[in-house]
Amino acid sequence: MKENIILSVKDLETHFFTSGGIVRAVDGVSFNVKSGETVGLVGESGAGKSITARSILRLVDSPGQIVGGEITFHDQMIFGTQERADGTIERHPDMLDDETLRTQIRGSKIAMIFQDPMDSLNPVFKIGDQVRELIELNRDVTKYEAKEIAIETLREVGIPDPENRYSDYPHEFSGGMRQRVLIAMAFSCQPDLIIADEPTTALDVTVEGEILNLVRDLQKKYNTSFLWITHDMAVIAELCDRVNVMYLGEIIEQANVYDLFDDAHHPYTEALLKSIPRPDVSIEKLDPITGVMPGAINPPQGCRFHTRCPDAHRACLDTNPPLIGLDENEQHNVACIKYDERTGYWESEELENEERNQIKGINNV
Amino acid sequence: MASESKDTIDSRPGELFVPAEEEYSVDNPDEMDNSEDVGIKYTILQIKEDTTARIGLYIVSIIMIVAIYATIDAQLLDYAIAERFWYHPEFDPDSPEANLPPIGITNAYGEGTVAHPLGTDHRGRDILARLVYGSRVSIQAGVFATFIGMAGGIIIGSVAGYYGGRIDDLLMRGIETLYAIPFLVLIIAFMSAVGRDLVIAMVAVSILTTPVFARLIRSEVLSVREMAYVEAARASGLRDYQIILRHVIPNSFASVVVQATLQIGSIILLIAGLSFLGFGAQEPTPDWGAMLADSRGFLLPNPWFSVWPGLAILITVVAFNIVGDGLRDALDPYIDNSQKEDEGRI
Repeated sequence: MKENIILSVKDLETHFFTSGGIVRAVDGVSFNVKSGETVGLVGESGAGKSITARSILRLVDSPGQIVGGEITFHDQMIFGTQERADGTIERHPDMLDDETLRTQIRGSKIAMIFQDPMDSLNPVFKIGDQVRELIELNRDVTKYEAKEIAIETLREVGIPDPENRYSDYPHEFSGGMRQRVLIAMAFSCQPDLIIADEPTTALDVTVEGEILNLVRDLQKKYNTSFLWITHDMAVIAELCDRVNVMYLGEIIEQANVYDLFDDAHHPYTEALLKSIPRPDVSIEKLDPITGVMPGAINPPQGCRFHTRCPDAHRACLDTNPPLIGLDENEQHNVACIKYDERTGYWESEELENEERNQIKGINNV
Repeated sequence: MASESKDTIDSRPGELFVPAEEEYSVDNPDEMDNSEDVGIKYTILQIKEDTTARIGLYIVSIIMIVAIYATIDAQLLDYAIAERFWYHPEFDPDSPEANLPPIGITNAYGEGTVAHPLGTDHRGRDILARLVYGSRVSIQAGVFATFIGMAGGIIIGSVAGYYGGRIDDLLMRGIETLYAIPFLVLIIAFMSAVGRDLVIAMVAVSILTTPVFARLIRSEVLSVREMAYVEAARASGLRDYQIILRHVIPNSFASVVVQATLQIGSIILLIAGLSFLGFGAQEPTPDWGAMLADSRGFLLPNPWFSVWPGLAILITVVAFNIVGDGLRDALDPYIDNSQKEDEGRI
């Protein structure tokens, strides 16, 4: 049961067609989510985490468009393409149409929690009615039953006195309480998967801790899978079973959470871990990653991280490394040519700083 | 060692610990007092605190009550009350009481009487009675034309704003074409084609009001549709029309209400203008605009004849505008209640 893959994303590509050029926000991302586990998606701002999440529910707005790859949820194809006889790409015939996706997947099978709890509730309607409406929409119950379920769910997420707070408006709740309501809304339809897009970023650490505990309890109870998007390594360590590290629209390292923290292989992951304070090590000064992430319109050639990579060699300019497995089961994958004998990484010379800046060229902000 | 650390914790409990029982009660009790910051009750309360708006509200209420009375009498009772209590010898041009001035003033035709406190018109009809029954036309036209225009504008504007792109271009450019044509000419052309009637005048005016509301709500929708709750609604499987009805329109509505109140005033003015030109209410229906038109020939012998309907229009329009301004102040979060907004928020 634990090994059941419920969501599988393969070579997902979501591009934005802007006047300045094509922004490759998500460029070939593959990962799986198994039943009952929490998968983390971590990376800097602009790495493409949120767009990946929105792509899964096909919520990307124009000028953005999913251009390639395959998203499968259980047996249903949320997105897929096939090649015609003349070589052009068309939509796969098995792909769910908008109506089916709306009625069968969104909300009922895959729910989403958004980043800003202040903004995610409609200010003009009562909290309880918003939860109730969602339950009515996605579950086959009467209005009265839906209200009962709504109150029960609100109680479950730790809102005191839910019968009375049912008819309060969002502005009467604090940020943490609103996030609880959003979690209640996500869980209320008992989905198989909840996509959480940085849900604790806007909260202070005390409240964040409570929310994480709450989510863990509810997850255990309902056996819900999570795709947890964050830029906070501490949250990842706290909550996730497996982690995908994203950089510039690509996943550069995949591992279970213990391997990632104890035995990171990609220089970017190493640098990320070095840049956060640790309670068990005392150092004078943190060691942040130098530079900023280049734009996704015109990403650096070769390995996308080489402009900021402390270990960059000349060979890094030649190929954009694919994810390779470090073990037989391909549980720990890394996209770096350091770990591939055939690429000639160790034979080529190290990149000088000036040289690197030159290569960065216009991509450097 | 252990006891020492325990002491430190005990001496500063608030700084180090969030006690376990407080875990689920992050809400600070003061915050709940903000509950009166929204809703119709609160808005009316705000208007009541604003003296000017309050006076406007009183005037509007009085005019509304008068208009409702006139409507009931005219539609349901077939002028029973009017015939019982208001003296008006209709269609009697030789009436000895024609063109009388208001009470206490004497003119070439005679002296003002208690029976006609505001005087009589050129046919000897009581001006006060005609003012009272004329309010029905003005208020009806103002309210219904605004309502139809608002409904049309909200539908067109919110759909255009929510979908954007080609649909937006098509709807908004179509709506804006109406702006390009001088409106009085358009209404007169419309009524010449369809017929002279108050209802047709109202429809024509409401069509012209549509662009005002469409533009206004579109600009609001453009910001509302970017809110996270709209995306959350999409993610939870709502249909587009449900999102527009439940989330987009209610959150764009405040400015529309303000605009509607202001619009009633200008539509009353517009309908009066149409009646003045002979395109609005037709004789013998009493109407302020038509009364002004009738009084043109009697400005010198009986100026009061034109003063009263003019004043009625003026007071009504100004009262609606004052209420609209007050409503805007009450609904705008950046005015007056901005300080309360900042208190007690996490």
